[in-house]
Amino acid sequence: MRFTPHTPEDRADMLAALGLGSVGELFAGLPEDLRCRQWDLPQGLSEPEVSQYLAKLAGLNASGLVCFLGGGFYDHHIPAAVDALISRGEFYTAYTPYQAEMSQGTLQSIFEYQTAICRLTGLDAANASLYDGGTALYEAAMMAVRKTRRKKLLVANNVSPIYRIMLKSYTVNLHLELVEADVSDPAELERLLDQDTAGLILQNPDFFGVLRDYGQHFAMVREAGGLGILGCNPIALAVAKTPAEMGADIAVGEGQPLGLPLSFGGPYLGFMAVTNKLLRTMPGRIVGRTHDAQGRVGYCLTLQTREQHIRREKATSNICSNEALCALAAVLFLGLMGKQGLVELAELNMTQAAYARERLTAIDGVQLLDEGPWFNEFRVRLPLDARMVVSRMIDKGIAAGFPLGRYYPDQANNLLVAVTEKRSKEEIGYLAEGLEAVL
Amino acid sequence: MKTIFEKSRPGRRGASLPCSRVDERFCRLTELPPELRRAQPAELPEVAEIDLVRHYTQLSRMNFGVDVGTYPLGSCTMKYNPKFTEVVSRLPGFAGLHPLLPQLRRGGLLAQGSLRVIHELEQLLNRITGMHAFTMQPLAGAHGELTGIMIMAAYHNDKGNQRSVVLVPDSAHGTNPASAAIAGYEVVTVPSKGGVMDPTAFKEKLSDQVAGVMMTNPNTVGLFNPHIAEIAEAAHRADALMYYDGANLNAIMGMAKPGEMGFDIVHLNLHKTFGTPHGGGGPGAGPVGVVEHLAEYLPISRVEMRADGTLFLNYDHPKSIGYVAPFYGNFGVCLKAFAYILALGGEGLKEVSEDAVLAANYLRAQLDAKWQVAFDKTCMHEVVFSAADKAAEHGVSAVDVAKALIDAGFHPPTIYFPLTVKEALMIEPTETEAKENLDALVQAMNRIADLAAEDPEALHAAPLSTPVGRLDEVEAARHPVLKEPEA
Repeated sequence: MRFTPHTPEDRADMLAALGLGSVGELFAGLPEDLRCRQWDLPQGLSEPEVSQYLAKLAGLNASGLVCFLGGGFYDHHIPAAVDALISRGEFYTAYTPYQAEMSQGTLQSIFEYQTAICRLTGLDAANASLYDGGTALYEAAMMAVRKTRRKKLLVANNVSPIYRIMLKSYTVNLHLELVEADVSDPAELERLLDQDTAGLILQNPDFFGVLRDYGQHFAMVREAGGLGILGCNPIALAVAKTPAEMGADIAVGEGQPLGLPLSFGGPYLGFMAVTNKLLRTMPGRIVGRTHDAQGRVGYCLTLQTREQHIRREKATSNICSNEALCALAAVLFLGLMGKQGLVELAELNMTQAAYARERLTAIDGVQLLDEGPWFNEFRVRLPLDARMVVSRMIDKGIAAGFPLGRYYPDQANNLLVAVTEKRSKEEIGYLAEGLEAVL
Repeated sequence: MKTIFEKSRPGRRGASLPCSRVDERFCRLTELPPELRRAQPAELPEVAEIDLVRHYTQLSRMNFGVDVGTYPLGSCTMKYNPKFTEVVSRLPGFAGLHPLLPQLRRGGLLAQGSLRVIHELEQLLNRITGMHAFTMQPLAGAHGELTGIMIMAAYHNDKGNQRSVVLVPDSAHGTNPASAAIAGYEVVTVPSKGGVMDPTAFKEKLSDQVAGVMMTNPNTVGLFNPHIAEIAEAAHRADALMYYDGANLNAIMGMAKPGEMGFDIVHLNLHKTFGTPHGGGGPGAGPVGVVEHLAEYLPISRVEMRADGTLFLNYDHPKSIGYVAPFYGNFGVCLKAFAYILALGGEGLKEVSEDAVLAANYLRAQLDAKWQVAFDKTCMHEVVFSAADKAAEHGVSAVDVAKALIDAGFHPPTIYFPLTVKEALMIEPTETEAKENLDALVQAMNRIADLAAEDPEALHAAPLSTPVGRLDEVEAARHPVLKEPEA
């Protein structure tokens, strides 16, 4: 299957206009010794052949398991209107809106997305999205380093271990000091904070699903001259104390719960919001409202002097395109849920998880590990290695949760269980009965 | 147009939720103490589903995409995006798969379909580029650049090389110097000669401080650098690595491979070359490929095959740079690119490059009479013109030309880039625009050239056909309004 429209006559006409006899002459500038030595690619297939092949591969995935896996990525319901609207070709086949007059759709929807993220986080300004929650966290950390001109970053050890590994990868050559510690204890935080601390990175709910108020922590880091960075779950923000209310300078997070499929890890969406004083150090695209000569309201990319196409090696980041279509999905999701709906969704997630907690902790030998309150995820200690237990549960058609031993070697028996609004009472029952049977 | 927030009416609902499906006791939220609750609910829109659908449908009609018309935005490769790839990316077996599943015990077996997509795509990209191994992790082209530079740094650190400089030609995309700088390198610019990086100037800048060179070939002015083997040879003698920015791979598939030109690290923009939609600025995907001796530095996990033919994720690569993304890249985008490559096959991909180069040269020849071409020689898949003569004679700048093209129904070319050409207009027609569309573009461009002489004021006023005219960007930057104020 090919998608080129040219007929042999078209090609002949175009070559004739160039005074050439063959397309090969156009490539005469390629030195002979650099020509492809071999081109051993398969033959092209028709649309039904490719579709059938991929449907077969999709069938090899165990996507039908009842899913209690979370860890920052959740199996939420996606309203049909989200997909219907992001599937409009005017949105998804457009490029970065460099020509504002013919890109008002993308620009206004981004402006609305920025508004929604500001309202969720309580902060002053949001960018037009980043790649994912982990890269957003890294960008936030680098903002703190740029803004304070300091070198040390404190990271709580209950921040997603996946994001902590990413942060390490990105900063290894930058002569920064990355300190991971249990900073939930203010006394420990006091000991670690110093004149070289650029930022403190926390997460709410933390990786184990627990909601906290980090107001005191952010007050301490502010006192020490550093910035407070909070990783957030966007649905939890419907009910939880906001980053702004806690005194954070930067809020970041993974936008996947806002209408994006799990899709084996991407495309996802990094959101970021900051206080006004950090606006000009924020990476990525930003859309602003302005007017044309006739006074009509319109939108355009703004504050572009921070960006790589203008400042090149002096830019705030190297981010060029981002995840605009995912940001559109997020604002559609938030618009559909609305002010009340999002609160109800958050509460529904919490109550479903609370029910699961009750059912699981009623099982002999299953022990709840944290003092709540929790959002939609929690960890329990099992009497056996959690990896073994989960493996046995797979045979029952249930992905029972994430064994924490993978990232926390001292937690081999601990299981992280996530419950969304999609899990029915019956499914939670299967989980509890299944666990009881395999323990 | 009003925003969705301005259309909000208290009490309207756009989505239904299941009432708590669990015990009545849990239906009331009793667990969150007031000090952990936000003071007020977030002021999100309160709209019915139909309000929302109409609002964004109207917005979509104020947007221009490839599905709407010709989009010759240079260096962005705005080719047609086949529809069936969208459908396969939404197959529940792929879209519903939790990324942590393969991290469970024997979990790889639960994701064999998705792992196979990654594995087979890796093999195909290796063959297309002449590389030895690929990672799908990088989430965009610029993210691939950063990943590539991190691999470069890991290589030098491992060998005990002290390297602080990355060389970049003056015509490079801004992301190249930005990526190198963000990874901790000093960026040194190499001047061009006749549009391409000059090997003599390059060798003057080369030293034992140079970690690598970032180039694209063909480059951003649309020219193939015939000295590339000589440049690569000199770089390798200095133990500097050759980095290939894959932005322009669309021009040479089946003709030449970066690996055979001497490049060590390659990123590909799947959304450009392999026709996955750009989404208004993302998501893209920027897989990175490397030659054999750099494979040990690639991010983990790597998809590998066991003796029995099953695939698994291998995290055991001690020299790896670690994770650059949480999981296995923008899998949905990789899947679309995989479907695209399977559909086109080797011959189809080669035809893509032939037709892309043919179309760009056709435009070069057809526009030659009224437009100043920056480099008067055969180009690859894009061609750069300059409006400098029209600016000097008639006060008509590249931006005026761009805005006039909007009124003619076209998305304008890239303007003011590359920086090495004054008043640059970079056109990339791609292989998917039919000849009649190219002819219509030529006609519109030539009409604008005539108008520049006859009535330059008309061009300053453009566009007139759009919902808004030229926007006051200075106002937007001086007094940033970045969100809807709360009522």
